[in-house]
Amino acid sequence: MNEYAIEVNNVSMLFNLSSERIDNIKEYIIKKIHRKLTFENFYALKNVSFNVEKGDAVAIIGDNGSGKSTLLKVLAGIYKPTTGTATVRGSISPLIELGAGFDMELTGRENVYLNGLMLGYSKRFIRDNFNDIVEFASLWDFIDIPLKNYSSGMLARLGFAISTIVKPDILIVDEILAVGDIVFQRKCNKKMQELMSGGTTLLLVSHDLNEIRRICNKAVWIHQGGVVKIGEVSEVCNAYSDLR
Amino acid sequence: MNIYIRKFWSYKDLLFELVNRDIKLKYRRSFLGYLWTLLNPLFIMLITTAVFSQIFRFSVENYPIYILSGQIIFTFFSESTTTAMNSILGNASFLRKIYVPKYIFPVSRVISSFVNLLFALVAMIIMMVIFKVPITWHILFIPLPLICIFLFCTGLGLILSVLAVYFRDVIHIYNVLLTGLMYFTPLFYPVDILPNVIFKLMHINPMYHFVTYFRSLLYMGEFPSLEQNILCMGISLSFLLIGLAFFKERQSKFVLYI
Ligand SMILES: Nc1ncnc2c1ncn2[C@@H]1O[C@H](COP(=O)(O)OP(=O)(O)OP(=O)(O)O)[C@@H](O)[C@H]1O
Ligand SMILES: [Mg+2]
Repeated sequence: MNEYAIEVNNVSMLFNLSSERIDNIKEYIIKKIHRKLTFENFYALKNVSFNVEKGDAVAIIGDNGSGKSTLLKVLAGIYKPTTGTATVRGSISPLIELGAGFDMELTGRENVYLNGLMLGYSKRFIRDNFNDIVEFASLWDFIDIPLKNYSSGMLARLGFAISTIVKPDILIVDEILAVGDIVFQRKCNKKMQELMSGGTTLLLVSHDLNEIRRICNKAVWIHQGGVVKIGEVSEVCNAYSDLR
Repeated sequence: MNIYIRKFWSYKDLLFELVNRDIKLKYRRSFLGYLWTLLNPLFIMLITTAVFSQIFRFSVENYPIYILSGQIIFTFFSESTTTAMNSILGNASFLRKIYVPKYIFPVSRVISSFVNLLFALVAMIIMMVIFKVPITWHILFIPLPLICIFLFCTGLGLILSVLAVYFRDVIHIYNVLLTGLMYFTPLFYPVDILPNVIFKLMHINPMYHFVTYFRSLLYMGEFPSLEQNILCMGISLSFLLIGLAFFKERQSKFVLYI
């Protein structure tokens, strides 16, 4: 019995984009009385369904604002889908957006602990693996300065190093590799290959089609919140680049 | 239910770290460091006692201890619920980007304040020795009121933290309410100076019951009546359950508003 690592079933995600933000009671009551409380309903995801087999490396491609990050946040459990279900089997390391789970005021060292704890690691585990994390991110010279003084590449390196210190069942990487330098990109590629040969399922968001063709075997193309095409990576990438 | 507890427990290190950080931040870069957790309430106590026992000369036995005991409980109440209220908004950057059990933020704030309360309690007992207030075996039961107040503040803090996400002016309203409540709780005055109507009305104020409960065990050498026990436990458990239910129902929604 081969269970899917990820099952996405008819997932829709609705955001209430109220034209003006209502965050105080007076406005709320006035608007309610005048029946002006109209929310602009905006579906960032519309009936998205797909399955991912264990060990697959799936790319998610699409234009800016098409809903890729939103989809990943649903999978990571940050958003609960408005309708539909998303089932994820196994541990998940979500690397969504730069600096996720970091406190910019704290030092690198403090953030390794804080972020690690938020990923559900124990304090002891982080302490035992602290050197490996910093070594992989090659940030020894910066580990005791606040993150607000880091470059974006350095943030990405730290984030990647923390979330891959354990072998997750599912690794989510959202556009963070693009900001790393060549040395680090090579290191990341190597690490991802290593994890994948160990059975990790990969979900990768990137705008670099060459990178995607190299790393992934499947792809999902999302446009305005809906799935356009799912399939072998070369097929989907070709269709996408032909159209764009 | 069981799963929830286990899941929450697996984040205990994070909870501990958040509490530790709150306390560390409070006394960061101060010469005396942690000693301030003890000295701070001690000094505040001395000042308020000096001021109030000069202005009002109520005939209350052990007036300084009367003031201090009411004050540390009320300070815990207002500090814990206020910081819990702001905790979801304040940690928006985490909640939007990473999955963490959301209650961990308000709960950690209440625990941090509770640690401060325990320090204040030590200071309080030092004061009791200084003022030569007899210490009786009743003090061994002091965890009872403390647990009640802790659960009460946790429940209320959970509710406030959600409300503040939807309506930012809850933060201002609550500050005003707190000031009102402070004068509506017998912290500086004895209840027997109150007109009967007001005294009756005071019974709807949970803090009145908690403060009374706390005082009788701390230094008055009385074991609270069965009625009082049931009342205090009832209030705190109801608030906790309502708070948990309220929070649970809305926790998947409010991420979209922060
Ligand atoms: N919290 C939110 N509230 C309201 N709208 C949102 C929210 N988050 C995302 N959106 C909207 O949902 C749509 C999809 O956003 P998303 O971040 O998923 O795009 P994306 O595919 O990741 O784009 P990019 O390639 O730029 O990273 C956008 O139109 C965005 O404005
Ligand atoms: Mg994105």
